[in-house]
Amino acid sequence: MTSLPASTERKLGLVIDLDTCVGCHACVVSCKGWNTENYGAPLSDQDPYGADPTGTFLNRVHSYEVQPETGPAQLFHFPKSCLHCEDAPCVTVCPTGASYKRAEDGIVLVNESACIGCGLCAWACPYGARELDAAEGVMKKCTLCVDRIYNDNLPEEDRLPACVRTCPAGARHFGDLGDPDSDVSRLVVERGGFDLMPEQGTKPVNKYLPPRPKDGWEGQVDVLAPFLAPVAEEPKGFLGWLDRALGALPGGDRP
Amino acid sequence: MHPAPSIIAFTTLSGLGLGLLFWLGIDPTPPTGWVGAVFFAIGFALAGGGLMLSTFHLGRPERAIRAFSQWRTSWLSREAWTALAALSVMVLHAALVVLFGFSLSLLGWLGAALCLATVFTTSMIYAQLRTVPRWHHWSTPLLFLTLSLAGGALLSGRVSVAMVLLAITGAVQLWSWRDGDERLARSGSDMASATGLGGIGTVRAFEPPHTGTNYLMREMVHVVGRKHAQKLRVIAMGLMVVLPVVLLALPFGHAWAGLAVLSHVAGVIVARWLFFAEAEHVVGFYYGKR
Repeated sequence: MTSLPASTERKLGLVIDLDTCVGCHACVVSCKGWNTENYGAPLSDQDPYGADPTGTFLNRVHSYEVQPETGPAQLFHFPKSCLHCEDAPCVTVCPTGASYKRAEDGIVLVNESACIGCGLCAWACPYGARELDAAEGVMKKCTLCVDRIYNDNLPEEDRLPACVRTCPAGARHFGDLGDPDSDVSRLVVERGGFDLMPEQGTKPVNKYLPPRPKDGWEGQVDVLAPFLAPVAEEPKGFLGWLDRALGALPGGDRP
Repeated sequence: MHPAPSIIAFTTLSGLGLGLLFWLGIDPTPPTGWVGAVFFAIGFALAGGGLMLSTFHLGRPERAIRAFSQWRTSWLSREAWTALAALSVMVLHAALVVLFGFSLSLLGWLGAALCLATVFTTSMIYAQLRTVPRWHHWSTPLLFLTLSLAGGALLSGRVSVAMVLLAITGAVQLWSWRDGDERLARSGSDMASATGLGGIGTVRAFEPPHTGTNYLMREMVHVVGRKHAQKLRVIAMGLMVVLPVVLLALPFGHAWAGLAVLSHVAGVIVARWLFFAEAEHVVGFYYGKR
């Protein structure tokens, strides 16, 4: 049944640090690689080397420019994948029971052999976390690398989602957000982690850490700055003569 | 949202067919014999054909039978059940009426109620989606139901009832367009809430995550054709409501009535195209689009 579990024993999810992400897209590539070679239907591409390439991705990195009231614009890279919501609207709309949320760890998964590819779950998701694979005709989504995190055949340090394992900046963290003492939960409290689109009522498990305040231009005192001030406002000597001579020529800026 | 032709055809035709079956169901003296057979056949062809068309947009249509399993939570699954129940009961009713000239009013009313329930479940598939504020409103089921009743009355030749219902449908549609234009802003979702970066300043999409397009943008960020929305609204209203009412007001003739039906169907198709094409999904905010 595609009813949601009343509660889950654990709430496995990601914490994504918008202050640290450098926008390298390594998580996108490693996600596509792992999830094409392992569990479920491969993430297909259409016309990959042609004029109009498209493909299925479970994780995408957007970039946003934010213009504060004063000061220069700021640029943020914004990785986005399934947030494994507690109140996941994608699960309850599924007519076949293919879409489900696990009671033991809260991971939202798709049983691909029961999916009819109606696309309604993708419509119900506010975050664009689900994509219908054009080759396979079934819905694909982030599995939180369920085939890595419990995989005894992998070395212990690799039992993490591929995106977390590969991130060179340490911008992605994986853990149990249902345990207030876990590293990820403490990180969320310390840094003021927030939900995406809280008004949609989905109660996402994944959290985002806000960017730390940037240095400003104003109010900075550099003791050496006065010595760098221009010493001559008007050119003198040879440059002064050149400036006057060129200015006197027709087309110059002097009358 | 992407206006998929199969979905537009499905909702338009099944709405009309179920509306016709509703009026045939509650009719105390339904047409019998060959006339009755033709009326019921049109109803079943539209309703059943429309439902068949709905499977065309599935990625895996061969598994469509599985859609009956999740009626406890899913409106799509409930639609499958109500449609099956409505068509089954109405086939029984039609067989009694056409073959034996015998109308069991209880059976007819049950079938009629199930026909309306099917239209309602279809509309709730859209109205339940909080992610599409234009649809997430009680006016969506109201519009689908009045449209189905008006179209059914028109098809079944109930001239005065059809005129009143068409006028009501027109009013509901006009109000849905007007109010619908404001629902995205009222939803509280915007680029600031989508990214959580609004506390710093004004958020602008700087670079999309990919060089081309993707499934999400094709399916949910459909902006092509919205620029002609106002003209299409006028065309839809004219064909769907105004022209049929004018034609029905003329001295009755089968040619005028047939023209009124064709005009109405064309108008509903345009209105249904707008229903999808104009609907904004909040995921568009991640792409800096509506």
